[in-house]
Amino acid sequence: MVMKKSLLGMTKTEIESVVVEIGLKKFVSAQITDWIYKKHVTSIDEMTNISMKDRERLKEHFEVGRQEPVNVKVSKDGTKKYLFNSSANKFIETAYIPDEDRFTLCVSSQVGCKMGCLFCMTGKQGFQGQLTAGEIINQISSITERDKLTNIVYMGMGEPFDNIDEVLKSLEILTSEYGFAMSPKRITVSTIGIIPGLKRYLHESKCHLAVSLHSPFDEERKKLMPIQVVYPLQDVLNELKQFDFGLQRKVFFEYILFKGLNDTPRHVKEIVKILHGLRCRINLIRFHPIPGAPFMPSEEETIESFKKALVDKGIRTTVRKSRGQDIYAACGLLSTKKLVKQEESDY
Amino acid sequence: MKKFKQNEEISLIENVIVDNMEIASGVYLLGVERPFNFVPGQVVGLTCTKTIPPRMYSICSGKDEKLLQILYNIKPQGLLTTQLARLKAGDKIYLSPPSGSFYPKPQNSWWIASGTGIAPFISQLLSGKVENITLVHGSRTLQGFYFEKLLENTQGIHYIRCCSGEVHPRVYEGRLTHYLKEDKELPVDEIFFLCGSPEMVVDTRELLIKRGIKFSNIGSEIYF
Repeated sequence: MVMKKSLLGMTKTEIESVVVEIGLKKFVSAQITDWIYKKHVTSIDEMTNISMKDRERLKEHFEVGRQEPVNVKVSKDGTKKYLFNSSANKFIETAYIPDEDRFTLCVSSQVGCKMGCLFCMTGKQGFQGQLTAGEIINQISSITERDKLTNIVYMGMGEPFDNIDEVLKSLEILTSEYGFAMSPKRITVSTIGIIPGLKRYLHESKCHLAVSLHSPFDEERKKLMPIQVVYPLQDVLNELKQFDFGLQRKVFFEYILFKGLNDTPRHVKEIVKILHGLRCRINLIRFHPIPGAPFMPSEEETIESFKKALVDKGIRTTVRKSRGQDIYAACGLLSTKKLVKQEESDY
Repeated sequence: MKKFKQNEEISLIENVIVDNMEIASGVYLLGVERPFNFVPGQVVGLTCTKTIPPRMYSICSGKDEKLLQILYNIKPQGLLTTQLARLKAGDKIYLSPPSGSFYPKPQNSWWIASGTGIAPFISQLLSGKVENITLVHGSRTLQGFYFEKLLENTQGIHYIRCCSGEVHPRVYEGRLTHYLKEDKELPVDEIFFLCGSPEMVVDTRELLIKRGIKFSNIGSEIYF
């Protein structure tokens, strides 16, 4: 049996190209993008303004590619965690976070993660595969809250810039008129600082950027985030300082606070020093303990004084609310390790 | 939006291949005349054409050696490595200047590697004297111990091979994490350097922390 390709996740140019390839008129591509990205149909049969003959032709080669979530858990605070079975029978999670008039969806870009950050549950499950643009878009398309989403953040499982082609494709679909027509100001992509992906993202997208900071000191950051030995924070900051973000595009720094490790006045001083010259905001995040992690969350009092010290130095700083902790949907807790068959390892 | 041309932004140095030898099934050691100085443990970006973005590889040769060598394995879906493997002596490749800061300490430390993650350790031991090093190398197959002759004959290294897929009398049977679990005398004050796949690094780091090694004494480089 021939595997049918998914239309979901294809850009307008790609759809135009495949439509012509199978002998249909080019204008059919506009009808298709309208059906899949605006009307969110789940089957080609629902595309009723396309002739029956053309639909049959399409069905020979393609399917819409919508996959419903296979499970959903609801937190006492209203956060929901969706579970999806991706194409290679690998599982990913997506968190829906309602907060007054903001409805944020935190999407995954990979099955697992290769980056091995010491404080992250996804990192502990290793890497099982890349998501296609279709699988990223599907996390948005297929949930019941789709039409009320105000913000999308690429902060779920995986490192987006380690899957940069598919992430950029998904962003094009989300922000284009032919697609979801979302403002890029409603979308933030978070990275630990993979510089080649970062450069492409800065030039090829207009969405906001979040960078995982977690320590301003090289040696400390290396122990928390192995990426630091390859792409040091200083190099990441140099890239950001050279780039013109304009007035609309924002840069955030994510900073998880670990008790006694990175929450001292020495850290505040160094953060202020390294971020000098960059218009940015820091999001302080409470550490949500994971099994085996050798540190504890900072005390609430410390978090507040850390925030105040940064604000006093002129850096916009907020403390992110912990959401969905009871269903393991909070920051750093997403994991499908129990569901994935471990790949054969190289050791 | 205009496509960003990554390779135009990176200063890539053109080099001529001296050797590109398959040292185990699907694993190659590529050598060029050393174009720059580097620190053992550093990485370089490597590509065979300016249209493919470079991938980062650890240098696998000594800092004063005439050849700069890179150990790589073929990724079946990989655009770059499948092309690299077809190159011969005299063909061109492109290298970025060395970067990175995973520096395995040459004394009183444990070096733990899986697969081609052995490269930075080989670079370090070919760059000078090593003392009181325990090197644990994990592989699924016996042919994955690429530098075993060199390692068996180097003074100052206690060399342990762990093979999870095949059996040999001089090789520990099982994953390197099993070996470390069984080792009753992990020195809590020594530095541990881990290099290889995400799974190996994450599993080993977790195990070492459970065994009482401070996380600040563990350095890691992940091949991604």
